Order: sequence, then structure tokens, then C-alpha cells
Amino acid sequence: MPSKRNRKEQMLAAAQYPLDWLEERSGLIGGLRYFLFRKVPGDSGWWHTLGSATLTAFLVQLGTGVILAMYYKPDPNSAYESVQHINNDVTLGWLVRGMHRWGASVFIILIFFHMARVFLFGAYKYPRELNWIVGVLLLPLALLEGFSGYLLPYDQTAYWATVVGININGTAPFLGPFLASFLRSGSEIGADTLSRFYSLHMLLLPGAILGLIGLHLYLVVRLGVSSPPWSSEAAGRDREQAPAVPGSGLVNPAPRGVTKRPD
Amino acid sequence: MEPQQGQGKPHLPPPSLWPIGFAIGIVCILVGLIVSWPAAAVGALVTVVFGFLWVRDVTGGYRHEDAGIEPADRGEAAMPEPAPGERFPRSVFLEGATLGLGSVIAGIVTVPILGFTIAPVFQHPHHDEIDLGPITNFKEGQFVITTFLRDPGEGEISRRTAYVRNNGFIDAKPSFTVLSNRCAHLGCPVQPNGPMFDKQKIEETTKTGDVSLIPTLPAGGFGCPCHGGQYDQEGNRTAGPPVRALDRYEFYIRNGRLAVGRTYSVSHVDGAGASAKIHKYKETGPGEHVDGPEQWFYPLQPPT
Repeated sequence: MPSKRNRKEQMLAAAQYPLDWLEERSGLIGGLRYFLFRKVPGDSGWWHTLGSATLTAFLVQLGTGVILAMYYKPDPNSAYESVQHINNDVTLGWLVRGMHRWGASVFIILIFFHMARVFLFGAYKYPRELNWIVGVLLLPLALLEGFSGYLLPYDQTAYWATVVGININGTAPFLGPFLASFLRSGSEIGADTLSRFYSLHMLLLPGAILGLIGLHLYLVVRLGVSSPPWSSEAAGRDREQAPAVPGSGLVNPAPRGVTKRPD
Repeated sequence: MEPQQGQGKPHLPPPSLWPIGFAIGIVCILVGLIVSWPAAAVGALVTVVFGFLWVRDVTGGYRHEDAGIEPADRGEAAMPEPAPGERFPRSVFLEGATLGLGSVIAGIVTVPILGFTIAPVFQHPHHDEIDLGPITNFKEGQFVITTFLRDPGEGEISRRTAYVRNNGFIDAKPSFTVLSNRCAHLGCPVQPNGPMFDKQKIEETTKTGDVSLIPTLPAGGFGCPCHGGQYDQEGNRTAGPPVRALDRYEFYIRNGRLAVGRTYSVSHVDGAGASAKIHKYKETGPGEHVDGPEQWFYPLQPPT
């Protein structure tokens, strides 16, 4: 039935048209394809999902954190009560707070699993050294998120744990006392300390983490996923052969196309 | 006129008023939602009509109606293209000016922001003399758990605790031992090792805030609940991780009332009570050595 086929083609073309329109004006469709449809070594497995799992945990923290910020009051006189209010009165507040609280631990634990995977698989080696370094910068930011978030419920545990944590920073040689003073916003924990921690926790640190995650993902997409150590495939994006860099001692750095390793 | 870039055919749709009408329609809807429903309806009508016309125009290529109008003449470039590797002096100047002015603007904006952030580190906090009430509230030889507002302007968040003991008189002047409860390990609150006499609690309202006084008998000195640091009744470290003795408050007698001022750090105390010899140092944070070779790790201190 040629007329029916014709109709199907017409409908496909009609569905394709808005995508083409968008692609022509923004390149977004091609960018998305480049991002999603990458060559991945055939024997990559569950271990390779730890990075995405960490990202998911971070997105959960981001989402629940934004909602918690709608109810939380970063003021020494009302912080504790506002957390109680979230837990006890707000619909499903206990769930969102619980997700944020336990999700924080999940996030940190997944970071370490992800880091262990990358280390044990040797995925930090050439050409992915920079991505390891970006990850190393992300780790302390995530730990600082945990530290700054711990003060916010403003109960006894939170308060004294933060006192001890700040004073541990203070015992670092030479600049330690200044670092402690910076974190406290003065020589004593006071009204400004809580809002300072809140600002660090929800603006400065997440912003820095988001930026570095962007860089992290960019490098993953650019360099491709590494193959496991037992793989017989070299992995990564197909690339044009890099010309020899004069004077660098490097003649044609190893091709990274999906080729058989010379065993 | 830019020469054609890329491989695609040039896209030069004819000028059109439809998007403007569409935008006006949207504004009409939004204003109408607040002002009156008929206005919103008119806005909706305008939006739909102009939206339809716009879509019809834009999708003209798809329906093979009109591929747009090519300009008959692109004109000529006013200036010849530079040779490869050559740069116009003006381009070099503009690049330098952009970077230079950008840096100046960034600096002007950043300096006050940074200063605002780290200023508290370098500011001397103001410490009022805190009135703890008449000295007759402090029985000679008895430790009293004294809580007070260190900075009345800041309120309850500045409530601090000191262990105050009246040592009697020395040279006809009253003598007090005023120990800070801040552990010299990492700053947890040390507790008296002995009974507290809650029933003898005294509440005083002074001009610097509420003060509460609870007598105690720290027969075993003071101990920290966090990491087990132990101190004797003079505040000397006897066991555990603290690096020095408990800090002390300066005290003053004002018209028969006890007042406290700044705190200072103490390496150790020889002797006891009124005749104790206190080895005083400028106040430093918990965990920092004030004597011995380790003190050289902390040559500079933020003001306290």
C-alpha cells in the first residue's frame, strides 16, 4: 500500500522537523547524541556505574536541599525549632530531611567507592590524569559539605561537633588559628557562625562542586570510558592520530581507538 | 556582510512582524489575568493568531513554499582581510584593553567582597566587663558554676560558663580563681568531677544579663566528656590529651561585685588558691601549645 507508506513517512518527517529545527539553530541534538551515544568498551560492567551513582546521590542532595531551604531558618534562635518543624509538622518533611541526612553519607561513601574503582582499575592513567585531579578536588569539597551541614540542625551534637571540628582546624601549624577564626567568623562561635556555615553549605560549596562535576563529565565524554584491566580492548574515543609533538620526546602518543591491544 | 560560513545554505528569512504580535499577545494575557478577563481573552486571540502566522512562516521551507529571499548584492568589505598571522594594531589594542579593564573591574569588585568575608578574622572583638553579682554570693573555698553572657549584645548564643572560687583575701584584696570551662584540647565544655548543688542555685540579674550560680564540689578536679582530658582544681592538666592548663578570666572587684573581662591562656599553675603562681600567656585557641618547642608552630594569632 504505497499511500499508507507515504503517510508513515510523512508523519516521521513531521516528527523529525522540530528536532531538525532545534538542531539547526542550537546544535543541541547533536551535542546530546555526542554525549549519550559514546563508544564504551564491551566488557565494562557494574563497576563503571559508581560514578553515575555518585552523581545521582549528589542530585538527590541538591533537590532535597533546595526543598529543606524553604523551611530552614539559619538563625541561632530558630534553627533548631525549624528543623523540628520540618521533621514533625511539614508534610513528608521527615522523609525529605531523612533523604538529605542519610543521602549525605551515601554520597560520601559512593565517592570513596568510585575513587577506589578508578584507582584499582588504573583509570587515572594517561590520558585521564586531569580527571583524577578534578576528582581529588571534588573530594574535600564533598567532605566540607558534610562538615558544614552538620552544624545546621543546631542541637548539642551539632554545636559541639562543630566546636571540636573548628578547633582541630585551629591546631594546624601557622595558619590554623586564622582558618579557625575564619570558619567561626571571629574568635568565638556566635550568631554569624551559623549563617556563614549555611552560606558555605548551600551556595559556595555546591556551586564549586557543580562546576567541577561539569569539568569531570566533560573530560569523561572527551576521553571516553576506560576499559577494565582484564580487557583485551583499548578504549576511548576514536581520534585522529595526534601528530608527533616536536621536542616532547613523544612520537605519536598511543592511538586510543577501539583497537586490539598488542598482547 | 559576513561571507557565508559552514556548509549550510544561508538562512535569511524575510522580515516579519509576527513574533512581535505574538509577544504583545502574551503580555496582554498576563496583564489581563490581573486586570480583566476580557483583556486576557483578547490577548489569547492575538497570541493564537500571530503564533499561527509565525509558525506558518517559519515552516514555509518545510512545506516547500518559500526558501527565503537572497539579497541581490552583498556589497564589498570595507577593508582587506589581514594576511594569515598578521594582526591589525587595533585588534591588539582592543584585546589588551578588554583584558586590562576586565582585570581592573574584577579587582575592584573582588577586594571589598573578600575583605568583607575575612574581616572578622582580623577584628578585635570588644569585651565588656561582665558583672557576676555581689562577691558575697561566692563562699570562700567553694567552686561555683557561673554562667553569664559574654557579649550581652549577642544574646544567649554568647552564654559562657566559668568555675569561680573565692580564695579569700591576699594583702587585704579579694582573690578569685576564675577558670574557663573551655577544654584546652579541642574546646568542649569541661565538667566538675563531683556533686553539683542544684538546690542552692542563685539567679542574679545584672546589668550585663542573667547570671546563674550553682555551687559545686569538684573533688576530683574537672573532666572533659569529649576525649577524657582531666584537670585539677587549679586547672592544671592531670591526664588526657589537653596541651596546657585551663584558660582563665581576668577578674575585677567593682563596688563589692565580681566582674570578669578578657580571657588568657595558662601553661601551668604552681601552688594553689590565693598564692598560686599562674604562668600566663596571651589567649590562644584550644589544642595550641603556649610553651615548649610546639609553640613555634603558632607564631601569629588572630586577635581575640
